[in-house]
Amino acid sequence: MSTSTNAPATGIRANPDATRRRTIARNNAEKRFRAYGIGAIVIGLFFLAVLGYSIFSSGIPAFSKTVVEIDFTLSEEQYEAAEGQLFKTKAYSQYFIQSLQQRMAGSAENVEFTEEATERLLGKVGSTLREFYRENTDQLGQPVKFSLAASSRVNGYINGRITRDSMTDSRFLMRSDLDLVDVLRGNGIIQNVFDWNFITGADTGVDNPGAAGIGASVIGSFFMMLVVLVLSLPIGVAASIYLEEFAPQNRFTDLIEVNISNLAAVPSIVFGILGLSVFIQFMHLPQSAPLVGGLVLTLMTLPTIIISTRASLKSVPPSIREAALGVGASKTQAVFHHVLPLAMPGILTGTIIGLAQALGETAPLLLIGMVGFVATGYPESFMSGFVEPNSAMPAQIYTWAARADYSFYEKAWGGIIVLLCFLAVMNIAAIILRKRFERRW
Amino acid sequence: MLVLWALLFILALSATGFFLGRQRALSLVNGDQRNLHSMPKYYGSNVALKALVPAALLLVVWSIAQPLYVNYSISSSIPESAVSETSSLGLLMAEVRRVADGLDSTVAQGTISDELARDPNADLNSITEGFKSAGQILTSEITRPMLQAAQSYRSMRRDGRFYMIIAVVALSLLGLIWGIRETQPRFRARNVVENGLKVLLISAASIAILTTIGIVLSLIFNTYEFFTLYPASDFFFGTSWAPSFSGRGGSSDLGILPLLWGTLYISLVALVVAVPIGLFAAIYLSEYAGPQLRAMAKPMLEVLAGIPTIVYGLFALLTVGPLLLAVFGDEGVGIMQAGTAVMTAGLVMGIMLIPFVSSLSDDIINAVPQSMRDGSYALGATQSETIKKVVLPAALPGIVGAILLAASRAIGETMIVVLGAGAAARMSLNPFEAMTTVTAKIVSQLTGDADFSSPEALVAFALGMTLFVITLGLNIIALYIVRKYREQYE
Repeated sequence: MSTSTNAPATGIRANPDATRRRTIARNNAEKRFRAYGIGAIVIGLFFLAVLGYSIFSSGIPAFSKTVVEIDFTLSEEQYEAAEGQLFKTKAYSQYFIQSLQQRMAGSAENVEFTEEATERLLGKVGSTLREFYRENTDQLGQPVKFSLAASSRVNGYINGRITRDSMTDSRFLMRSDLDLVDVLRGNGIIQNVFDWNFITGADTGVDNPGAAGIGASVIGSFFMMLVVLVLSLPIGVAASIYLEEFAPQNRFTDLIEVNISNLAAVPSIVFGILGLSVFIQFMHLPQSAPLVGGLVLTLMTLPTIIISTRASLKSVPPSIREAALGVGASKTQAVFHHVLPLAMPGILTGTIIGLAQALGETAPLLLIGMVGFVATGYPESFMSGFVEPNSAMPAQIYTWAARADYSFYEKAWGGIIVLLCFLAVMNIAAIILRKRFERRW
Repeated sequence: MLVLWALLFILALSATGFFLGRQRALSLVNGDQRNLHSMPKYYGSNVALKALVPAALLLVVWSIAQPLYVNYSISSSIPESAVSETSSLGLLMAEVRRVADGLDSTVAQGTISDELARDPNADLNSITEGFKSAGQILTSEITRPMLQAAQSYRSMRRDGRFYMIIAVVALSLLGLIWGIRETQPRFRARNVVENGLKVLLISAASIAILTTIGIVLSLIFNTYEFFTLYPASDFFFGTSWAPSFSGRGGSSDLGILPLLWGTLYISLVALVVAVPIGLFAAIYLSEYAGPQLRAMAKPMLEVLAGIPTIVYGLFALLTVGPLLLAVFGDEGVGIMQAGTAVMTAGLVMGIMLIPFVSSLSDDIINAVPQSMRDGSYALGATQSETIKKVVLPAALPGIVGAILLAASRAIGETMIVVLGAGAAARMSLNPFEAMTTVTAKIVSQLTGDADFSSPEALVAFALGMTLFVITLGLNIIALYIVRKYREQYE
């Protein structure tokens, strides 16, 4: 750039030191500038890594549960004796503790399983056993393999979330109980297994974090996405075809264009307000229903789909249209028989990306009542899946996060992993579709 | 359910119509297609469209209009005295609908006989008993006017549906017959079908306009209603946000200024994070990086934009908040009380906006013509000098546009602030204090079983209106700047 103005005309030649210094300074400035750029990218990727790390490190435990697996034999006499007592379940837990002690007898450490400690670790074992034997009396006298779910705090200890130093004694877990857990672990009786219930199960309400699952809300999301797909794909494609191929240059067309570009930037919460006042207050559609969620998300996704569809229609070269018109096709025939099939991969890619966006959207769902509702079961039939109240994945994650309980936070992170898996699959499908069918003209 | 069957029926009729029309066209010319004006499938499509479109339209309009009409006529028939017992007409109507739905399902389960359910003088106790044994949940006691309203609601709904099915099926049949009668060899079927198709395309495109109208109307009506209950000047200039929880109004302070302050403060923090990082990343990727690095780093950064905002919200609440608290909390610097704060939300929102700023700026920097760079190099400028003194000034309007778009995104962002910013509305300068935003308060005022006619619920619409106007303004300015700048170099 310009040399310093107060230097004499011959300055550059006369003062080589100054020139060198200036060159060094300029080169250093260049290096610094580059370093800022690299730094910015590194910071961005660092954030991505931190985000990914915290999702996976906090979310993976949600997929496991801790079970105690033990062979247990109840003789017929024991059964008769237990049923004859006043506190029947208590008798069963006594039997269980006896057999646990026997199983431990070989090990070096000597530990005492009290009834209270067993209940803190494994819940009400006695009633579980009693229920089983009352229904399966033929199993009496034979060894039966029981796998009993340990409490979520024990699960936390096994996963390293709770340590001896961090915990305080409470009625849920005492420090002395951890010795029992250690012994059990030493004998291979207690272990982590994959928790299918988290993937297939339904929400449980506030009291039982261990049994909460995301399955029901996956179904809710599925029905919502079905509504979005069925409505937004045809409407979006039709609107784009009109705007790209048929629309004359007039005020009406301009109005539509301005509307679409503005709708794409309207905050999603405003779409929630629209859904609340039009679909629920005005039309009296059921609250918390996937149908309403799907309608709101459709309106939100339409601009995205229209914009990407128009781009792929635009990328089909005009020579295709002209050739079709040249051999006598009508304008409509040219578009529907030639342009649209060629643009289809691009349209589908855009649609999948739009659906992925809609799948992760939370704010509008809060307003149409998907949060207050606890999705405790699957819908009864296909049709009722649309209108019966249900939750959706992001809304379920928010509900868990809002319960402010450590076990539910873990579930929320786990839910995020499930959600991100769906998003990853959709995006990868979009990329493959684009790579496989994209045509360069 | 009935609507679905009606829809299936007219779809079937329309499919039949296609084959009938096609068949008739072919048989009229004894199978010689050359004597037809259009290809046979167009005659079929003509019949199919005529059987389907008017009937489907009627179905949709009727399904929307009937509940409105029934609601209106029932609510005008309810005596005043019954309204004053419960708090408002809206709540009473919700109760009436619930009773009507309950009657439907109890009759279906057989715990109440159909005659009893229709009898206006039915014993209230036996109805309540029937509800209970069918597992229906009642929020309040059934009263006589409520029961009668529910009964007439039921019968009107049933009659309405019955007439709707008849009308829709009749219209579909009429369309079918009309279409078949039209089918003559000289009939210009293709032109008719193509024009019909075009009308469908136009109406699909108009949905964008309808959506905007829907948004604006739903905001305006409810905002107007809010301002009849609560003075507008107190809303816009009030410095205190303290809604009463009783839902009866009166003692609530609903000033927007603390919320706007929180919104702007958090957005500012987010932009302070996102703009330098995003801009430098864009500059490096477009001016320095080789194709390999670019192909790697650009998609990686854009992954940040594809992550749902609920994930960022949880990240703010459970990772960033506790981390900041450990540094700035009582055990560290001592200026932070809780994990949820302006800084937490702003920082995470900034991370979310990095790819937004970087990819928009990247496009804009790439649009600066190469000749300008070459001119600068020819004068002996280094690459960074060229960028700072030539490329960035040329791209500045576009970058400002991108930043405005990012700001509008930040102002409208909901989940991060709901989870990460806290719930207390206050105007403070300390970024480590919890504050709340317009979007967070919209969520908190409209979730739960609030009565929609109370000012505490309606204020959410006024907040939404403010949000809509601000973001729309920012977007229009930003798009104007970006577009104007693009034209300059194209």
